[in-house]
Amino acid sequence: MTKIIEVNNVSKSYGGVKANTDISIEVQQGGITGLIGPNGSGKTTLFNSIVGYHPIDSGSIRFEGKEISKMQVQDIARLGLLRTFQQTRIYGDMNCVENMLISMPHRKMTIREAFTTNTRADHDRAEHLLDFVGLYEKRFLRSGSLSFGQQKLLEFAMALMNEPTVLLLDEPTAGINPTLINGLIDRLKRANSEFGITLFIIEHNMRVIMNMADSIYCLAHGELLASGTPSEIQGDQRVVDAYLGAH
Amino acid sequence: MTILRPIFYLALLAFIVAAPFIAPEFRTQLATLWIFIILSMTWDMTGGQMGYNSLGNILFYGAGMYIAAVVGIAIVYNVGEYTNAAGGGIYKFTDTQYFLGMALGLVAAGVLCAGIAWILGYLLFGLRGPYFAIGTLGAAIAAGELVSNWEWVGGGQGIALPVYPGDDYENAKLFFYYLFAIVGVILFIFLRWFYSTRFAAAINAIRDDEEKAEAMGLHTLRYKLITWSIAAFFVGIAGGISGYQLIHFEPLETAFQTINLGIFMVVCVLLGGKGTLWGPIIGAILFHVVKEVTWNYLLGWQWVALGALIVITVVYFQDGLMGWLARVKPEWFGERVMEKPDMVAEPAE
Ligand SMILES: Nc1ncnc2c1ncn2[C@@H]1O[C@H](COP(=O)(O)OP(=O)(O)OP(=O)(O)O)[C@@H](O)[C@H]1O
Ligand SMILES: [Mg+2]
Repeated sequence: MTKIIEVNNVSKSYGGVKANTDISIEVQQGGITGLIGPNGSGKTTLFNSIVGYHPIDSGSIRFEGKEISKMQVQDIARLGLLRTFQQTRIYGDMNCVENMLISMPHRKMTIREAFTTNTRADHDRAEHLLDFVGLYEKRFLRSGSLSFGQQKLLEFAMALMNEPTVLLLDEPTAGINPTLINGLIDRLKRANSEFGITLFIIEHNMRVIMNMADSIYCLAHGELLASGTPSEIQGDQRVVDAYLGAH
Repeated sequence: MTILRPIFYLALLAFIVAAPFIAPEFRTQLATLWIFIILSMTWDMTGGQMGYNSLGNILFYGAGMYIAAVVGIAIVYNVGEYTNAAGGGIYKFTDTQYFLGMALGLVAAGVLCAGIAWILGYLLFGLRGPYFAIGTLGAAIAAGELVSNWEWVGGGQGIALPVYPGDDYENAKLFFYYLFAIVGVILFIFLRWFYSTRFAAAINAIRDDEEKAEAMGLHTLRYKLITWSIAAFFVGIAGGISGYQLIHFEPLETAFQTINLGIFMVVCVLLGGKGTLWGPIIGAILFHVVKEVTWNYLLGWQWVALGALIVITVVYFQDGLMGWLARVKPEWFGERVMEKPDMVAEPAE
């Protein structure tokens, strides 16, 4: 397996708050990598750094071997490195199908193609993916009227519509009904195995991330605390302490 | 519905063609109505569909007026000498020179205004919300001041263009009415198609959440520049036609009239309903009628009445007529829950 994302010694602070200190991590192509850590440990900050949402203070970030730490959000997204938001961002005034159609990969589209109407195949793909996340019945509802959990699912489907190479998911199961979580785990795994999308997932639910990831990084107080396979992480006393200490 | 639609459009077209003969005494007002319609529809491309409220689109109207005039003069005379004489009547244009100059001028006005929008967009599209509105307003005011100090194009005096050939002024009125109507109809047909494309969906995404659109990899700046440039193209042509219709125009009161037409087009769109195909048109008609009536019957109070209309629209009626209709009659606007989708999403009308 090759490294598709390489983060080297990245630091980022907000004023006096050191949100990330000297973080180095790797995401393997084709795999599912997990990122855990107590609230405020700097997970979302690291995602934001990777996708170019803010400039980093120091360090290097590579995607497919290319340095991206100075690039803009749109340019990074157009490389096929996509993220979903912890707070969930969808186009609330549009219905689900419209949200999906807008999420088509414009990086693969010429200006001439942008000036055409969506095809039957595009609609079918949008509906198929909505069906995949379980929102088919709701597809013509205004997306802003969906529940928070449903909006999370819609945002996930929109990301899939964009055909990314790597998808960074910020707490995909937050707000999802516990009875539906197993189904979501299954879909995330299928996105990885069937669509071939490399996943990098922030997750608080230990059961979920242990079940999915093949490699896990744990942050605490903005620093990398531990990394390893799920069983190594589970048995790591420092990780246990970090979580207990945080509560 | 599907059979009714072409009938409706044909009837509408017939009405547009017949209108100056149905109400011959209102030919000039009808031509002006087309200016309102064109400016409102183009304003809505960025204001309603893309979420960028420009208060400076009048810049393209003024620039188009000057560009069309200068090109029309330049194919026959030295522009500096011509404007220096301030239309002293010493310059004659043959019919061919008049029409050829106007045609070239209108093309140049459209193309150059699109270019101006592209350059201005680079500078201003970093601004969001009210900052963009103020920035564009500033650009329009500055453009008016610049032009009024530019002697080569007549300075504060403006430019006097040749009059329409022939002695019957009714012919001129008809000519300009139809010229505006042709531009307006082409614009309408264009927008009807434009709003059904993926491109339009992308500018709607920019309006609804630009940060999300960026995170999804949309070419946000490119799309914004293209949209504004297309709008400026049509506004520039409308301004160019206006110049020839008015014969004489000057920079601040006529061409770069920020507080009149520059604001009116925004009010028309708000009145009719932002972000819809028909809203700007209906708003323009309503506004124009109210404006003409108050001008004729409320002498001295017309600005007060118009100001009140603007305030009421902005405070109580932000969604406009179409927005209000969409609330009370959602089924007219394709609000569906479970049925099969159409092959192609219809633009909101
Ligand atoms: N925009 C910001 N401005 C100032 N401080 C910030 C900002 N974003 C994050 N922080 C701070 O940086 C630290 C890390 O925050 P971050 O959002 O990365 O944590 P997290 O691990 O994602 O937490 P959670 O699990 O609660 O989502 C926190 O102390 C937070 O207060
Ligand atoms: Mg977070």
